[in-house]
Amino acid sequence: MDITEFDHHTPIEGTTLFDGKMAMKGYALNKMCYSFNAADARQAFLDDPEGYMTRFGLNDAQKQACRDKNVLAMIAAGGNIYYLAKFAGIFKLGVQDVGAQQTGMSVEAFKQKLVDQGK
Amino acid sequence: MARILGGITTSHIPAVGNAIANELQDDPYWKPFFAGYPKVHDWLADTKPDIVINIYNDHGLGFFLDKMPTFAIGAAHEYRNEDEGWGIPQLDPFPGAPEMSWHIIEGMVEDEFDITSCQELAVDHGFVVPMQLFWPGAPHHPDMPRAIPISANTVQHPIPTLNRALNFGKSLRRAVESFPEDLKVVVLGTGGLSHQLDGERAGFINKEFDRYCMDKIVHDPEALTKISRHELVRQAGAQGTEFLMWMMMRGALGDDVTEVTRNYHIPISNTGAGTMLLECGG
Repeated sequence: MDITEFDHHTPIEGTTLFDGKMAMKGYALNKMCYSFNAADARQAFLDDPEGYMTRFGLNDAQKQACRDKNVLAMIAAGGNIYYLAKFAGIFKLGVQDVGAQQTGMSVEAFKQKLVDQGK
Repeated sequence: MARILGGITTSHIPAVGNAIANELQDDPYWKPFFAGYPKVHDWLADTKPDIVINIYNDHGLGFFLDKMPTFAIGAAHEYRNEDEGWGIPQLDPFPGAPEMSWHIIEGMVEDEFDITSCQELAVDHGFVVPMQLFWPGAPHHPDMPRAIPISANTVQHPIPTLNRALNFGKSLRRAVESFPEDLKVVVLGTGGLSHQLDGERAGFINKEFDRYCMDKIVHDPEALTKISRHELVRQAGAQGTEFLMWMMMRGALGDDVTEVTRNYHIPISNTGAGTMLLECGG
């Protein structure tokens, strides 16, 4: 296979590189999601999501993406998938659910796509 | 003196932790994955390492974006496995080896690898799933070695280059081999292989690239250092950058290794799952 050096400015389709710029943009959202490692924080969010998001200083785009549970919108607002996974966990959404949502597929079709890549 | 016996790689997918908790090893979905481990168990039963250096990447439990070390080494008496927020059963603490940890930190900083030392470090699935796979019942397996965790940043770019990862391993080897006690050490490289969880390209797996990496890492890891980080993301997926951990492990094994076993299976969860055991010495 051909492994060549790559133009660092060429975007990778369907992929957001989480770099310093995104880390700055998403800091409040990611910090909130990081807090969900703790069970009492997860419960506090469920009890009062709006208050919890305000407490962490989320901007309007981040708040709306969370209300909608829209993963692509959360990424566009600076979210990092490792922290967003903890948000998804509150709603018992696994990585196949999240993958299906982002690709516009049913969960079954997404799982089949994974299997097909092994063939 | 301490010596490195070999290195073992594995994916560290969280779902594996649940599969173990639910005893799904013989389930049709899981069987091709778990089939990769009996030869590793035999080798560990024969060699009985005293120390396991577990090279993994934290996923937002031990570290957050407020302070993100590029390379962190645990120097604690024990490592707690804490709640990650999505319901994997938590394991009891893993005993550490702080004397050797500090020796490695001293040696590597002397060698001009600047390390973040951690006297407390909560360890996530990236650390514990491989331990469970290699030492079933961990941390209560009778042969459970004392642990030294090493975490590299793959959460936030810039991440280390593959060349830096390989050189990290080489420096780690020098530090371990200068430890005065006669201890047997095994090095784990965990994570990967290709997968992407985020974006419209979620679900991306690259069998051809994974096989290329598994082939080259045995006798020609230097070839893999030609792959840029951007190219690694493109070929392995956004989270396939965890292959860095395999390169760190490989650097610690020296030039001559013998491949004892390998396994590769698609998919486990969203991932191309790879396992390899490389023994030091040609």
